[in-house]
Amino acid sequence: MSGLTTRTGSTLESRQMRARTALAAILIGALAAGSALAADFDADATINIGSLYEPQNLDNTAGAGQGINEAFNNNVYEGLFRLADSGEVEPVLAKDFKVSDDGLTYTFTLQPSVKFHSGEPLTSKDVKFSIERVTSAESKSSRKNSLKPIAGIETPDDATVVIKLSSRSISLPYNLSYVWIINDTATNLTATEDGTGPYELADWRRGSSLALTRFDGYWGQKPSNGDVVFQYFTEATALNNALLTGSVDIITSVQSPDSLAQFKDNADFTVAEGKSTTKLLLAYNDRVAPFDNVKVRKALARAVDDAKLLKAVWGDYGTLIGSMVPPTDPWFIDLTKTDGYDVESAKALLKEAGYQDGFSFTIDTPNYDPHPIAAQFLQGELAKIGVKVNINVITANEWYSKVYKAHDFQATLQEHVNHRDIVFYGNPDFYWGYNNPKVVDLIKQAEASTTTDDQTTKLKEANTIIAEDAASNWLYLYPQIVVSAKSVTGYPLNGLNAQFFAGGIKKAD
Amino acid sequence: MPTILSYLLRRLAILLVSIVIAAAVLFVLLRLLPGDPANALVSVGADPEQIEAARRQVGSDLSLSQQFVRFVSSLARFDLGTSFVSHAPVLPEIGKRLAITVPLTLMAFGLAIAIALPLGIIAAVRANRWYGSLISVVSQLGIAVPVFWIGILLVTVFAVNLRLFPSGGFPPRGWARPDAAFTALVLPVITIAIVMSASLIRYVRSATQDVLGSDYLRTARALGARFPEALIRHGIRNASVPVISIIGIELASTLLGAVVVERVFSLPGLGSMLLLGIEQRDYPNVQGVLFISTLLVLLVGFLADLAQRLIDPRLRDRSGGASR
Repeated sequence: MSGLTTRTGSTLESRQMRARTALAAILIGALAAGSALAADFDADATINIGSLYEPQNLDNTAGAGQGINEAFNNNVYEGLFRLADSGEVEPVLAKDFKVSDDGLTYTFTLQPSVKFHSGEPLTSKDVKFSIERVTSAESKSSRKNSLKPIAGIETPDDATVVIKLSSRSISLPYNLSYVWIINDTATNLTATEDGTGPYELADWRRGSSLALTRFDGYWGQKPSNGDVVFQYFTEATALNNALLTGSVDIITSVQSPDSLAQFKDNADFTVAEGKSTTKLLLAYNDRVAPFDNVKVRKALARAVDDAKLLKAVWGDYGTLIGSMVPPTDPWFIDLTKTDGYDVESAKALLKEAGYQDGFSFTIDTPNYDPHPIAAQFLQGELAKIGVKVNINVITANEWYSKVYKAHDFQATLQEHVNHRDIVFYGNPDFYWGYNNPKVVDLIKQAEASTTTDDQTTKLKEANTIIAEDAASNWLYLYPQIVVSAKSVTGYPLNGLNAQFFAGGIKKAD
Repeated sequence: MPTILSYLLRRLAILLVSIVIAAAVLFVLLRLLPGDPANALVSVGADPEQIEAARRQVGSDLSLSQQFVRFVSSLARFDLGTSFVSHAPVLPEIGKRLAITVPLTLMAFGLAIAIALPLGIIAAVRANRWYGSLISVVSQLGIAVPVFWIGILLVTVFAVNLRLFPSGGFPPRGWARPDAAFTALVLPVITIAIVMSASLIRYVRSATQDVLGSDYLRTARALGARFPEALIRHGIRNASVPVISIIGIELASTLLGAVVVERVFSLPGLGSMLLLGIEQRDYPNVQGVLFISTLLVLLVGFLADLAQRLIDPRLRDRSGGASR
């Protein structure tokens, strides 16, 4: 299941042009920052970031959870590339790269004079070590599969890395943005770190906080603050209270819509809505009856008023989607009309499928918000077409055993956080068991594309087919809402891949 | 002193048997939960081989009997192991968590006693005055109210509205900044103390009432002692015997009841470690926390027992005889 990308297979010229534009942007940014420095913000400020996602450990190949991306991606560790807040893939530790004509050899030149936090210089051996950590047998990285085309890594000299592929992979630079570059002599990475990022780990108190401090030997642009402390909460209410009382400056991702009013109507706070990649799905087990019948799936899609659900859960926030692809992806097409809300046609489709008297099925529902509410809503909606829904509440842990691994379910609710995860529909062994050879082929072809246009065309087609097939019921796209104290600016707005770059955050004096 | 020694030995034996039983029950209960500890290590996108590798790593691919042998043999070596999820050794982590849970419990406990003793005695001695009845009624109310509700109420009033104390969390530098750490515990301590003192008041009240109706108090007064003097010299000592055993139980349950309060206040104590461990099926963490807290509870029971003996000579003498 490789991730898929746009732009990164572009020619060298256009990349250099982008690099120049990026440089110009950095210079302008630096100038702006320079002029602001004296009066506006405290360059040594401590930024307190409140979050619900504590990393389970500090190693993203050892099951650390999404919290580690938030705290460490591009703060502590950098990759050859990064997925910027805009959704673009930008070079970071890769100064430059060349692709052979057959698309099977990538030659990367590393940024010079990059140092790890331990003081050792970055070399090509560290890059090889880091990529092999992700592809190793012990790796628990969810991105391991996307790096499968890598056949070998060579390090002809300290500044050059050559990656040989077994098949074309247009998303390689995108996929490499998930690979942290770690010093190859580092040990105990579940509790310590040795990265190249603008911050180094100062202190980690499990269950409570993770403190980062500015790394003075950083090769790139110096952060506009001194320290960053992630404070972790288990309850959304406790997190909101912490912001209200000034214990934290920012909430990375508000998950309790009801609480927004207290910040929106308050001049002390800023509520910013960005774009997320988190989708709420009613996923059927497409292997089992009646969900192996496309008419039944379409009928269920038409019977549910997604807009009403979104309004009930998120008020005026969030976006309706008609398939797995959110509007931030290049291969987005508006497919919300494909099986739009239409109870009468839903009934007709059920009749055609031979279920005029309805049927009953069970939704395995994770026990945390918003799943139970969504399940009850679906129960009400589907009752209108004579379909009876039983709700079986399970824990997140059980979900993995029962649904994800054993495929022992009829339907389930799940939030899918991953960026560019339409590729899951190209894997017939995935938990939802959607199997359309055309889609499998299109997704494979897209990855082997030579141009991003070609890739985009193929994925748009795949996207249209899964929507036509109503492979799953895509209920809505979550909003990404960051709330901060008025005095704090410069934080990333979008929640792509749950990252949170802290380097640009400024706190007023 | 042979009497004390044999008493201590007997207690120690009971302690050991209790721990073995607790460990076995724990092992079985944990594994009755549906799910798999390996699941906490994977995320959507992981392939079947990765899941199997994770299961091998945490040992959940082994049979239950193999797992039990592993568990018992490491326990016998006093090795609580390493967390499946965080990969941190369990014992040092518990030590860090106790640095929050123990002060929290003890301060709450001290405050609860400071509230409950005078109020309980007043409620008994002045049972027919309006304030005596009021104390009884309010304490009954205190028992009925759930602890998290009191916590949320205190946060809303004293943290969010009045800004007197932090609303939750523990300062990132911990006890290195004692003032910040202490203020972080103020509201949780009050929350626990309110609930705890509510039930304590009732025990103190009924123990005092028993004493008030006793012969020796009447005798003491007949011999010319003034009422407060008789109450303090004879009454309190007698009343404290049952109260101490209740206090022991209360202290133990507070230690475990801190789970809820720690959750409400986002405190990184033993309770939150336990809760997260259960969610993630992180057996070493859960086993470690329950094992250490079982030890603590048994220890508290032991101390309460000892205290009773020191106060009450009748119990002391009895321990010298043949063991029951």
